[in-house]
Amino acid sequence: MIRGPVMLLVLPALVTVGVIATATFGGDELRRVLSLADYNTRIVVLGTTLLGAAAGLIGTFTYLRKRAMVADALAHATLPGIAAAFLIVGQKEIVPLLVGGAIAGTLGVLCVMGLRRIPRIHEDAAIGIVLSVFFGIGLILKSAATQLSMGDQAGLDRFIYGTTAGLIKQDAWLIGMTAVLILLTVLLLFKEFRLLCFDAAYARSLGRRVRVLDLLMMALVVITTVVGLQAVGLILVIALLIIPAAAARFWTDDLATMTWLSVEFGAASGFVGALISGSYANLPAGAVIVICAGVLFFFSMGFAPERGAVFAWWRRYALRRRIGRQHVLRALAEHEERYGNLATLPLARLQQTRSWRASELRTLIYRCRAADELTIDPSDNIRLTPTGRVRAHRLLRNHRLWELYLIRYADVAPTHVDRDADQIEHVLPASITVELERLLAEKQTAIPASPHPMGDVS
Amino acid sequence: MNLLSKQRRLPEAADQHHDPRAPISIHDMTVAYHRRPVLWDIDFAAEEGRLIGIVGPNGAGKSTLIKACLDLIPKASGSIRIYGKPYKKQRQLVGYVPQRESIDWEFPINALDVVTMGTYGKIPWCFPPRKKHRTAAYEALEKVGMAEYAHRQISRLSGGQQQRVFLARALVQDAQLYLMDEPFAGVDAATESAIIALLKDLKARGRTVLVVHHDLQTVKSYFDDVILLNMRIVASGPTATTFTEENLRKTYGGKLTLLVEAAEAIARGGQENR
Ligand SMILES: Nc1ncnc2c1ncn2[C@@H]1O[C@H](COP(=O)(O)OP(=O)(O)OP(=O)(O)O)[C@@H](O)[C@H]1O
Ligand SMILES: [Mg+2]
Repeated sequence: MIRGPVMLLVLPALVTVGVIATATFGGDELRRVLSLADYNTRIVVLGTTLLGAAAGLIGTFTYLRKRAMVADALAHATLPGIAAAFLIVGQKEIVPLLVGGAIAGTLGVLCVMGLRRIPRIHEDAAIGIVLSVFFGIGLILKSAATQLSMGDQAGLDRFIYGTTAGLIKQDAWLIGMTAVLILLTVLLLFKEFRLLCFDAAYARSLGRRVRVLDLLMMALVVITTVVGLQAVGLILVIALLIIPAAAARFWTDDLATMTWLSVEFGAASGFVGALISGSYANLPAGAVIVICAGVLFFFSMGFAPERGAVFAWWRRYALRRRIGRQHVLRALAEHEERYGNLATLPLARLQQTRSWRASELRTLIYRCRAADELTIDPSDNIRLTPTGRVRAHRLLRNHRLWELYLIRYADVAPTHVDRDADQIEHVLPASITVELERLLAEKQTAIPASPHPMGDVS
Repeated sequence: MNLLSKQRRLPEAADQHHDPRAPISIHDMTVAYHRRPVLWDIDFAAEEGRLIGIVGPNGAGKSTLIKACLDLIPKASGSIRIYGKPYKKQRQLVGYVPQRESIDWEFPINALDVVTMGTYGKIPWCFPPRKKHRTAAYEALEKVGMAEYAHRQISRLSGGQQQRVFLARALVQDAQLYLMDEPFAGVDAATESAIIALLKDLKARGRTVLVVHHDLQTVKSYFDDVILLNMRIVASGPTATTFTEENLRKTYGGKLTLLVEAAEAIARGGQENR
């Protein structure tokens, strides 16, 4: 779990890693780009960083509201608007084109929301329909625009694929204002957005206007998408809305933390992606930014504590091993209890006490021996060492006390039992431990015992 | 013009059928999903300060009844009043515990934050919940015996614990009228009696509680009044006189009653007319 001031360090850390990585593999162009000396580079890097942050911020909520794919339909639906605006205005002035894109995008979102209300049309179908139909219309209008403007195709293509290097000051301003707008909205409406994303029906029962909140959220997505079109293109802009949020989810169970992390992930992807694509002139920046976000995602999936796959695997493995060792020691202690302190236990009999695979048991024995808990002679007879004996008998006692506790205090037990705790006294109040000790002494003959007692020796 | 003014007078006409002192009164309500009516001609008025059980077979429309009371689904006809006024004006007075349906358990939120949501109705837009709201939420968690789990992410709670969290969320609303959809689903016997004690406490403080309940064995001991529901109200009133074998047979016996057939005929006819 990530929390507290550590979070402020995430972005600088990521950026540093990115810069070092770029520098290590970089070419000649590199020093100039990295130093941000060039005015154009500064604008581009600033623009993409802010875009990443803005998308990461609003993306958290669309992701949790499960509206992320609506944003994809939205992005594709901007194309007819842009092309139509171009046909009407007849020039490449950016603002009218973006307005056209925003209008068409909004229409697309409304269409998805409307279609979804028809029974038998699920959300995915509604998205697919809107996305493809709008995009198709867009392609037709674009080809009309291309013919009119005598083959000036690149003018509109940049909205599809993005040309980050072409970002100018005005674009960076637009992106910056969008980021501020989204930040203010989220700060003000954090509580409402949380309620909406978690439980819309309950929000409605409290009298919150769910429809209004949804539309507001989608409006912010529309704006983000539209200002982001030139930087990453309409095909990839969806990635910036989904990936940072999805990556952030691995690190925390707290919404505020997740939101903040998502912003940092988005910003870092934008920053590092723009640097890399600036250093290798021919790499398309939108794609590189998205790849950076993807790297962050897979890293999070693998290495986030608690939820990351690698740590989860490691924890499972370590737990298995610890429990296994405890079982071995307990079995030996029970054996000693019956046959005296110097009794040895043949490996084969030990194996019968649990469903151990031979190789697994050998590994466990090996580890116990390495910890100086037991010795094993060449004919596979096992005996506890003095250290091991102390530990084993303590384990056995703890185990029995817990068993008794479960029976005696069944009503509150599940909340208190921590069988893995080193000593029962560490978890339970002394009075209860004393009581259990007394019970244990009383019942020593009829121990409820472990579910896997040693087989009787004949 | 004439038509408009007539329409405007209609709600007043409806108000005559409602007792303004009743925590909830339902008049002549029919609810349909896509033209298939699932609740017919519901008429009911609750008395204040009582525990009221709603029983009926699966698909009888119990959840639908509760959702209609909360304006979560549109009514085909009829009207509902909470203390004499439409729900829209009385939201503060109503607390709701949903059936464990569409909650996203993986949502990044802990038990305490879920319960704090119960106070959102009292906090205006744009203001964050304050210390006192969180304290109230914590106390509600204590009441349902879940304080130890306040900071646990909700997917890491057991089903019964999750249920108690949502109960706490309703409690913290401090409502006059509670609508609970199967609060006892998946709850062990000890928890069930703890919840019942809570409900009796609510009742002692003059609150009215409507509970959808499935265990016919306990109806008599838990509830003062009972509504037997199967697409229509089969019977309603004090448990002692209403919860009879004959009424139960009418509620649960032979599900394919005339009403179901009629409903399906209407749905079919409607589709043909389209
Ligand atoms: N969203 C919906 N769309 C269409 N029909 C629905 C919908 N929800 C419920 N129904 C139908 O309405 C009827 C009543 O459903 P409701 O959920 O109210 O039943 P219930 O009494 O709560 O049942 P249960 O005991 O299983 O919770 C059922 O026949 C159901 O199939
Ligand atoms: Mg139900």
